Amino acid sequence: MLEIKNLHARLEEEGKEILKGVDLTVEPGTVHAIMGPNGSGKSTLSYVLSGRGGYEVTDGSATLDGEDLLELEPEERAAAGLFLAFQYPVEIPGVGNMTFLRTAVNAQRKARGEEELSASDFLKIVRERAKALKIDADMLKRPVNVGFSGGEKKRNEILQMAMLEPKMCILDETDSGLDVDAMKLVSEGVNALRDGKRGFVVITHYQRLLDHIKPDVVHIMANGRIIKTGGPELALEVETNGYADILSEVQ
Amino acid sequence: MAALPDPKALEALEVRIAGLSLPEDGCLAPARKAALSRLRQMGLPQRRDEYWKFTRPDTLIQPDPVPAPAFVNDEGPMFDAVERLKIVFVDGIFDPEASDELAMEGVTIERLADVCDKDIHWAKDLYGVLETNGQTPVARPLAALNSAFATDGLAIHVTGTPARPISIVYKHRLETSDALLHHLIRVDAGAELTLLENGPAAARFNKCTEIDIADGGKLHHVRAQGRDHERRTVTHMFARLGAESVYKSFTLTVNGVMTRNEQVVEFTGDDAVAHVAGACVGDGDFHHDDTVFITHDAVGCESRQVFKKVLKNGAVGVFQGKILVKPGAQKTDGYQISQSLLLDDDSQFLAKPELEIYADDVACSHGSTSGAIDEEGLFYLRSRGVPEREAVSLLTLAFLAEALDEIEDPRLSDDLLERLRGWLLRHG
Repeated sequence: MLEIKNLHARLEEEGKEILKGVDLTVEPGTVHAIMGPNGSGKSTLSYVLSGRGGYEVTDGSATLDGEDLLELEPEERAAAGLFLAFQYPVEIPGVGNMTFLRTAVNAQRKARGEEELSASDFLKIVRERAKALKIDADMLKRPVNVGFSGGEKKRNEILQMAMLEPKMCILDETDSGLDVDAMKLVSEGVNALRDGKRGFVVITHYQRLLDHIKPDVVHIMANGRIIKTGGPELALEVETNGYADILSEVQ
Repeated sequence: MAALPDPKALEALEVRIAGLSLPEDGCLAPARKAALSRLRQMGLPQRRDEYWKFTRPDTLIQPDPVPAPAFVNDEGPMFDAVERLKIVFVDGIFDPEASDELAMEGVTIERLADVCDKDIHWAKDLYGVLETNGQTPVARPLAALNSAFATDGLAIHVTGTPARPISIVYKHRLETSDALLHHLIRVDAGAELTLLENGPAAARFNKCTEIDIADGGKLHHVRAQGRDHERRTVTHMFARLGAESVYKSFTLTVNGVMTRNEQVVEFTGDDAVAHVAGACVGDGDFHHDDTVFITHDAVGCESRQVFKKVLKNGAVGVFQGKILVKPGAQKTDGYQISQSLLLDDDSQFLAKPELEIYADDVACSHGSTSGAIDEEGLFYLRSRGVPEREAVSLLTLAFLAEALDEIEDPRLSDDLLERLRGWLLRHG
């Protein structure tokens, strides 16, 4: 489904190369975890895939179901089924959360040639999905992420994911800033979307998130490349021994 | 008022009024004569006047207006969602056919042209009076010009709480129309009115409104200035507020090559509230000036100024806002914010916020910012599938929201928001 081949990218302004040949294939219905030390390029990979400005792809390719992601505008990538749950969700003062969700859902439906959801249908769905994530009516009314706690922001990301029903979800350090209860809630939200067809890339520093969202494949990323791939046991190994062993082993 | 008028300013005045004559109209005649003699002490604004530093007065003072075609617009009438008493002026001329009957419980509405025939009328005690007060410490010659030469207007006396808002609709048909209207609004103690105004009025429009609100009275004012690209407008609103009274005024401006809106508010009774707010969207050849002067001369009053401007393709926004707190005006709460969203490098926002405070127990704050669209927010929206144009319009509306929040009636703010949304999407 998601196929990344030899992806190289650098910072547009500084020219510094961050991704130095990433290869990754995510099959439908699988959960891939990407772990790695700070500065290894994990977040950059998520930004480059979602089309954030400031990066220049110098080599390689990234496709979603055969469609070249790198040729598309960010909104077209979203409509093609890609979703990034942000590490730092952005606050948008003045835009109500509900308006934001509805605009996004209907924009994607429109882009795919589907009919827009009516206000009442939308309300019904959003209420039901918000309830599962313990997001109350007040949070839906407030401006997007403004005054939200760290946990509320992350739950709000998962709500967007649940509403947009993407094919391919990338979660960028969704566990950062979460307490144990919030992590459980967020994980349940993610697990509820595992339907055997949807693909996931879970970027994290810590194994504990992977106790809740069980990965099929674990990758270790360092210095702009994926240096080791294995099963869930790889995450446990990192938890016990840190990255040093793996890094020295590869070098 | 300047001690010695500038000869050029006087010359400009004589050129401007050469073709005009003072209406000989009964009870208001003395006020008009007084206005003309005030005006002759001031002359008309010149480019080097400090108060006109950011806005060129040329097209507002020249004898004939710059021709401006009327803008054809296929949108539904503004404020139609609200039951209202409609009064229509076309190119500054009252249109009885299009207007509702000037009668409603809780208010007396008369045309200035009719007031003039009466020997005794409350309007005599208001016409030109607040305008005169407002000439100190800064001269406002175009308001005095209006008091002298206004051809018509409304005298609205609010005695109760009318069931419907009064809605003044200004239509513009003639390419060279030059309209001068002068309204008087007197709100009795405890009475309350919502006043709506919309439309471009004329190729050039000079409007002056004097508002006297007695103790505990309330006036809500919502205005949308009409979308004619070429129209030029200068307006003055002078408000005098009694104790515990409320004055809330909001203006939306989209298009218009030249707009200068002045608000001059004076608190004369304790514990009164005044909020003046404005939102404007300017594209291209567009100059929009909000000039506000609020004088606190009473205890415990609250004033709030919220102005937001979205500017692109070389549009220029101006804000001159002043809070003057006189000696003894303790417990004053003054707030002022002016912000611009510049959608490109060609647009400009010029702001001059001022505080002048002579009391020691007050809370006053002001802020002014200029910024571009938030790139982080824009990417966030796009990453959720919202196309760039729509995302920019959503962020723009969000930027304007704080000013629109000043409108109390959600039916009115929703109407304006929906139109804004449409305009931004179509012209984004």
